[in-house]
Amino acid sequence: MNRLITRFLSLALLVTCSAVQAQQNFDAVEIRILPVRDNIFMLVGAGGNITVQTGAEGVLIIDTQYEQLSDKILAAIRTLSDKPLRYIINTHHHGDHIGGNVPLRAAGFTPVGGNVGGDIGDAGEGARILAHENVLLHMASDDNVSTDAWPTMTYFTEKRDIYFNGEGVRVLHQPNAHTDGDSIIYFRKSDVITTGDAYITSFYPFIDMSSGGTINGFIDAANAIIDLIIPEYGQDGGTLVIPGHGRLSDIGDVINWREMLTIVRDRILDMKERGMSLEEVLAEQPTRDYDPRWAGQGIFSTENFVTAVYMTLDQ
Amino acid sequence: MGRIVCRISLLFLISISSFSVLAEKNLSGVWVGNYSEDFPDRLPGPELGDYGGLPLNDAVRLRAQSWSASLIALPEYQCRVHPSDYASSFANIRIWEERDPISEALIAIRIQHFAWQTRRTIWMDGREHPPEYAPHTSMGFSTGEWNGHQLKIKTTHLKEGWLRRNGVTRSDQATVTEYFIRHGDILTWTVIIDDPIYLEEPFIRNRDYIYSIDDQVGSYPCDPVVEMVRAPGYIPHHLPGTNTDMLIYSQRHDIPLEAAMGGPETMYPEYVERIREMPKPSELAE
Repeated sequence: MNRLITRFLSLALLVTCSAVQAQQNFDAVEIRILPVRDNIFMLVGAGGNITVQTGAEGVLIIDTQYEQLSDKILAAIRTLSDKPLRYIINTHHHGDHIGGNVPLRAAGFTPVGGNVGGDIGDAGEGARILAHENVLLHMASDDNVSTDAWPTMTYFTEKRDIYFNGEGVRVLHQPNAHTDGDSIIYFRKSDVITTGDAYITSFYPFIDMSSGGTINGFIDAANAIIDLIIPEYGQDGGTLVIPGHGRLSDIGDVINWREMLTIVRDRILDMKERGMSLEEVLAEQPTRDYDPRWAGQGIFSTENFVTAVYMTLDQ
Repeated sequence: MGRIVCRISLLFLISISSFSVLAEKNLSGVWVGNYSEDFPDRLPGPELGDYGGLPLNDAVRLRAQSWSASLIALPEYQCRVHPSDYASSFANIRIWEERDPISEALIAIRIQHFAWQTRRTIWMDGREHPPEYAPHTSMGFSTGEWNGHQLKIKTTHLKEGWLRRNGVTRSDQATVTEYFIRHGDILTWTVIIDDPIYLEEPFIRNRDYIYSIDDQVGSYPCDPVVEMVRAPGYIPHHLPGTNTDMLIYSQRHDIPLEAAMGGPETMYPEYVERIREMPKPSELAE
């Protein structure tokens, strides 16, 4: 039963993503720039939000939206910096976050020398792509993803640090949240966190069970983000959070998100422990107070969310 | 003849411009809350399970019934400020203007509130509201305009907040329209909340303030601390159907539970007649 549902949801994801991409009129998409803090910017277009960090050493971006938007994304970046694109960090492997990897990587470069030339065969030919190892594994198992889009530097531990443009950039693995390869990225000097789809403000989370996503991983990721945040007086401002989708946030939005995830998890756990089947839980509408705010379509629907919570409670 | 026409025109222009300036009231100064209305709801705070008079839908009623007051003991909740659409309920405010130093054009009106020392800006220079992906804050993004002697304010980009501080949520999709109306030393502050997520109808709240030359707005420090040891990630809440706290208000005042649970009909005077036909908790207990 579990496998059937997982396969069904995987298929649904594939169909939904393909349909979304097919329906997108990329010509009409405008890449808008939101200054976040100092040299950090949020780019909004179609697909996941992009983070841009600029400085004397070059440009670092997090996620790349869709391939069809790459020229516009690059043009937007060029309004912020004329320095070379040096790093691309992928928060996870979904198409709306890695679609532009190939052209954007090609537009950048990596200086060769030290131990870098020994690490990657194509050093100097493009920007480096950093992601958790599981992102590479997912991309490598997908025939539709070009090898040129694959991460060129991966990590399999809890974190990977780089120091770029005068600040420490900490890449933290969030196991089994949206997927099993999620990273959140913390800019220590700018005091900005980029979360990928481990935190969004638009809809219910999509728990990608076929890629190792779980509800408890999602909640753990929310708690990890909150642990990193130091708010200003009054709980407004302080550490800023760039979500995978939706609006720029701070602690207030993230604790509301965590509250919703935790309360829904607790309700469904209680129902499951009382012996209720998935069908009975769905009929009970355990998210009916949150649906008006968070329910979306397809992979973001109430049914999909409740099903995934129910199926992954024990993981 | 030409001179006379010029003088008349000039006089007319002066009178028009003076009128337009006079229509803008000066709101600057310290204003003290007048608590003669809704006092129990404002300073002592609402009782648990009192949602009466709020145009709630079923979704937010369930959220309110799931809410545990223990939530605000969590450090990250302790210093959350009252949102701008709730702050009018109590405490002194200070209002001042920011004007262009050359033209004296009004750029913004600022309001500082005693509770949590919040500061908010009402932009008066005609600027646009930010895009949807810009941050939401407790104060929101406000723009204002003078309608005669009324200051009309539109606020968007609010964080999720509360309609009443006993668990009744106001969503982050709400927009707020406010009116500041000064009659001499009395200021009436009207707040109209449109929440497409949680309200069946707009909710309207009026508060009166009195101008004071003797009062000030005090400071309001707030340091979040760990008040008790709890499991990491623990969120206090009631599972559906288990919250007995929500009965407190109804039972204490012998008000039918249905009336205490709110809804658009409970806002209107004629609802009193319906309440009289409902069995009281004391009658149900017999």
